[in-house]
Amino acid sequence: MNARSPAAPLDELDRRIINALQGGFPISDEPYREVADSLGTTEAELLARLQRMLDTKVLTRFGPMFQIERLGGRFVLAALAVPEARFAEVTAQVNALPEVAHNYRREHALNMWFVLATETPEGIAQAIARIEAATGLPVFAFPKLREFFVDMRLKA
Amino acid sequence: MNAPDDLDRRLVIATQAGLPLVPRPYDLLAEQLGVSPAEVKARLAAMLASGRIRRIGAVPNHYAIGYTANGMSVWDVDDAHIEALGQAIGRLDFVTHCYERPRRLPDWPYNLFAMVHAGDRATVQARVSEIAALLGPACRGHDVLFSTEILKKTGLRIGGDG
Repeated sequence: MNARSPAAPLDELDRRIINALQGGFPISDEPYREVADSLGTTEAELLARLQRMLDTKVLTRFGPMFQIERLGGRFVLAALAVPEARFAEVTAQVNALPEVAHNYRREHALNMWFVLATETPEGIAQAIARIEAATGLPVFAFPKLREFFVDMRLKA
Repeated sequence: MNAPDDLDRRLVIATQAGLPLVPRPYDLLAEQLGVSPAEVKARLAAMLASGRIRRIGAVPNHYAIGYTANGMSVWDVDDAHIEALGQAIGRLDFVTHCYERPRRLPDWPYNLFAMVHAGDRATVQARVSEIAALLGPACRGHDVLFSTEILKKTGLRIGGDG
């Protein structure tokens, strides 16, 4: 989905589900039933709506968000200056790596910004080397030096 | 940081694409991993408590829920002041991520990154002006890189099974 696509039609319950599920999901025997009860809906309705929102890409994911650095791995933000004529080709080359967790087109000379997520610190340099070999373009890596704040929740 | 033990890693691989959408998701994971449901729940709770899991929940597509203007604001902040200023920017309620990152001179003079999401670019720009006011003379320049397309958003994938 790109920035010019209209927002997906979401009803009030969809939005309440999205907002509720950006908080803490229960770790219990029947967590969906608990959330459904708190939203005044049924477990079956909640599961069906979650599946639909995943299928239509309103949600890109539902599950645990791992901080891979606390598991010995690394996240690194990186960027490329991609010639316009090669943009689709380079997108395919970069996205082909499982280490590329997210990738965004941005308006700047550095027009492709992606996050590498690897299980080991060495994995980052290996992924960068593979991208440079595949694309012939230099990768600008921006490893974080300090994290001041992260909270990705956005009210729907 | 210590290497994760085997169950941590197997839980990552089993759930990185998503938590099962079934009434008893942790029971299903337990069955897949050959451990008890109680062990799965205890381990996930421990991973949450230690920060190995940030949270369990939904990741919305920003565009689909109405945040059509997504600006990565980047700032060239005096190194002597970046710690205090980074914390101040991180406390702004409209900033979803805030990091210090290395400059790449001469092309890239910016060392502070703050992500700002809103329904339109004018709102993002107004918020960027608030950040500029807060940084004051310690900031020597800035830019805002708007995203125009999500090219990929799968999240973490380890373990070599795609």
